[in-house]
Amino acid sequence: MQFLLYLSNYMIPFVVLYVILLGLINKVPIFDEFVKGSKEGIRVVVEIMPTLIGLMVAVGVLRGSGALEAFAGWISPVMNVIHFPADLVPLTLVKLFSASAATSLLLDIYKQFGTDSELGLAASLFMSCSETIFYTMSVYFMAVQVKKTRWTLPGAFLATAAGIVASLLLAHGMVH
Amino acid sequence: MVHGGMLNYIWGVMILIGVIYGALNGTIQEVGDQMISSTKEAISLCIVMAGVTALWMGMMQIATSAGLIESMTDKMEPVIRYLFPRLPKKHASRKYIAANMIANVLGLGWAATPLGLKAMKELKNLEKERALTDQNKNRASDEMCTFLVINISSLQLIPVNIIAYRSQYGSVNPSAIIAPAILATMVSTFAAVVFCRIMNRKGSR
Repeated sequence: MQFLLYLSNYMIPFVVLYVILLGLINKVPIFDEFVKGSKEGIRVVVEIMPTLIGLMVAVGVLRGSGALEAFAGWISPVMNVIHFPADLVPLTLVKLFSASAATSLLLDIYKQFGTDSELGLAASLFMSCSETIFYTMSVYFMAVQVKKTRWTLPGAFLATAAGIVASLLLAHGMVH
Repeated sequence: MVHGGMLNYIWGVMILIGVIYGALNGTIQEVGDQMISSTKEAISLCIVMAGVTALWMGMMQIATSAGLIESMTDKMEPVIRYLFPRLPKKHASRKYIAANMIANVLGLGWAATPLGLKAMKELKNLEKERALTDQNKNRASDEMCTFLVINISSLQLIPVNIIAYRSQYGSVNPSAIIAPAILATMVSTFAAVVFCRIMNRKGSR
């Protein structure tokens, strides 16, 4: 695990260094290009802002009312049997449909349990290694008028399940 | 990012449950407080996200101009051959599939979707050429299934957004998750690849 941490700390600075060197070697006007890409990045975030406000309000309402806590409490006896943290269930379910709604729940987990807790780490990893199954399938298949999706859904569930198991084990390893 | 109609229901159900449960549970004041404080939180989160996204997209723009994306796409050919054994050589979909995967690996989801849609359209055309009858026109081909399963298995190498959220919420080391996240992504993608290989070998047509 120490090695993973070491690798993690090097990753972003290394990628930045690599890109800058590559740009210089290829005589790219690096700062002009950086500014151009940055502008696009800002635009993307501004566009997602209303979505995020709406969804964070919804998650805030669920948390403030005590409904999220109660839900985790109800399902925890079942979840304990399969050693799955009940507090991760809402995030896992919502992530199947919407990335932004899942992000709001992720932040709620950070607030309740801490970013560096086992739960916070597991949630971070799960968010990093999964995609919104139903959203992606509907966008791509609708574009080509495909209704019979055959083995896409089982495959998507299998990949997501593998990601969940990996996230839980890795988070456990990082804490202990 | 544009969402499908599903979010209308999810959002509505979340707020309905929250408010009704709050009223019954005697926590209605917290519900109101949360509504207001969540908006403030969303905005401060967006400020952090804007910075990180701008940095990353700026770097990726340099990488694109330097030809990195293009050369990575060219190197995808063996991967495409492995994942799509029955896709004709030089088929138009190959370059879109490769470019979509590279964009996903680099965390450029906004660039990946249009490429992915083009790939799907080319795969649809291929299905039309293959099919002798019209009865399969609503049916996903093996290639379409493979492409989507791999896509959904998540390919993004560095989860820049998650790192930004972690730093906003007081993580001691926000980027500590990078290497474990890469591992988790490899596990989910490996499962997807194995599954697709088995399903492709069945050749169920």
